[in-house]
Amino acid sequence: MDRSTTVEPRDPMPEGYRRTLVRQIAQHAHSEIIGMQPEGEWISRAPSLRRKAILMAKVQDEAGHGLYLYAAAETLGTPRADLLEALHAGRQKYSSIFNYPTLTWADVGAIGWLVDGAAIVNQVPLCRCSYGPYARAMVRICKEESFHQRQGFEILHTLARGTAEQRAMAQDAVDRFWWPSLMMFGPPDADSPNTEQSMAWGIKRFTNDELRQRFVDIAVPQAEALGLTLPDPELRWDEDRGHWHFGTPDFAELAEVVAGRGPCNADRLAHRVRAHEDGAWVREAAAAHAAKRAAREPAA
Amino acid sequence: MSTPVPFLLGLADDALVTAQRLGWWISRAPELEEDVALANIGLDQLGQARGLYAVVAELEGAGRTEDDLAYLRGPAEFRNVLLVERPQEDFAVCVVRMLLLAAWQVEVYAALAAREGPARGVAAKAVKEVAYHLDHAAQWVLRLGDGTPLSHERTRAALEAEWPHLPELLEPDATAPVDPATLREAVLGRVLPVLEQATLTVPPLPAAPPTGGRAGHHTEHLTDLLAQMQQVARAHPGATW
Repeated sequence: MDRSTTVEPRDPMPEGYRRTLVRQIAQHAHSEIIGMQPEGEWISRAPSLRRKAILMAKVQDEAGHGLYLYAAAETLGTPRADLLEALHAGRQKYSSIFNYPTLTWADVGAIGWLVDGAAIVNQVPLCRCSYGPYARAMVRICKEESFHQRQGFEILHTLARGTAEQRAMAQDAVDRFWWPSLMMFGPPDADSPNTEQSMAWGIKRFTNDELRQRFVDIAVPQAEALGLTLPDPELRWDEDRGHWHFGTPDFAELAEVVAGRGPCNADRLAHRVRAHEDGAWVREAAAAHAAKRAAREPAA
Repeated sequence: MSTPVPFLLGLADDALVTAQRLGWWISRAPELEEDVALANIGLDQLGQARGLYAVVAELEGAGRTEDDLAYLRGPAEFRNVLLVERPQEDFAVCVVRMLLLAAWQVEVYAALAAREGPARGVAAKAVKEVAYHLDHAAQWVLRLGDGTPLSHERTRAALEAEWPHLPELLEPDATAPVDPATLREAVLGRVLPVLEQATLTVPPLPAAPPTGGRAGHHTEHLTDLLAQMQQVARAHPGATW
């Protein structure tokens, strides 16, 4: 594939390329809207008005990201309603990370720092992805994600310098979110069936393992700056490779979560389906009202 | 000389409690666009509360911060109207309530912005925000009232539940910088045409409409709301976040 120009909606493209893009963009869009839940639950309990405002704006951004991404998928001929139906029926996935619970306020910090940090590492290369509408959506999303990552880091930074209880809360959140964050990059390259084709098409620019390593290399010094420990006894600087050596994530756990058997899969999907079903009468009313107005307009 | 503190605190508490209720909708709205819109409106209300708490804290001169006012007062110290504290997990209730509240807030903020006073700056910014809230709510009341038979019925029921709470917003308060009783015609002038266009009938008012919020007499719903909102802050006295 020619790397110097992007592919645009009206350009001819191989069917497999279109299918792969729709799958990836949809999964990304679904991750944004399911990702609103674990943090959204803390809007009501945020411990200061400033934090409440920041968190509300952050979760709002996630809804906005969902909108851009569904719009990018629509340029490939797939309406949002169809993608939502596939999500609700369990035919399409969202990021495994959102199937872990948010148990304390510090989890909001850990999600910002680690989960959004991992998302940025995954997403920055997508700003140069071969499909124009997706690449442009990602430019905007990455700017906002970097703000989200900083607010998460700042929450943990404040907690780590707070009372003994706050510090323990921060460490506990990092302990629980570290390994699931590493799993966000997907299975190891040897077990990643789609990577090679996606790289050839310019949808993906780096392999899962390359991105995972990049994330660890960024996160380790940040953890030191926070004064928090990463829960990996194998973590050490590898002089020869010029990278941090880290232990192997539990990919069997990842497979379980992806298969729908993580701690919160059922709750997350049920929440989404309930919101959709509870809103059906509203969407029907809006459509009926629009039809009435159109009928009342004098014929052109 | 009267102080505007109780009045401004009531205005601030209305906004904070509204923001808290709207926060519930984020991830639960009927459409993704509405998640964004309700979050936006919630953020505006939260911003208004913060601005007004800063003014109140300054006027009090007792060294209280916005967070002291939000997190360290009990239900009996809150001065919001009952309209805003009740649950609103029905979209029709959400938009009907927003219509009534925003119609009132537009008038109050416009009046505060038009005269010298400590809340003038906050009000001047807020009046533009609540004008959007009013428009957003009016559009939805119109769609739902004049939508399907089901949406009409749900909106009628929501109006019946919310309407009795309008008089509390308009109770006279001669000590306030803006006496709410003087806003009655203007507020009704904003609400009634929307209801009419939405094919909704104005319900009769009860002989004694519910009241008491401005004096700190609340429903049990506010106790629940504050228990959740203040939970983390109160579990760690003196902590910084």
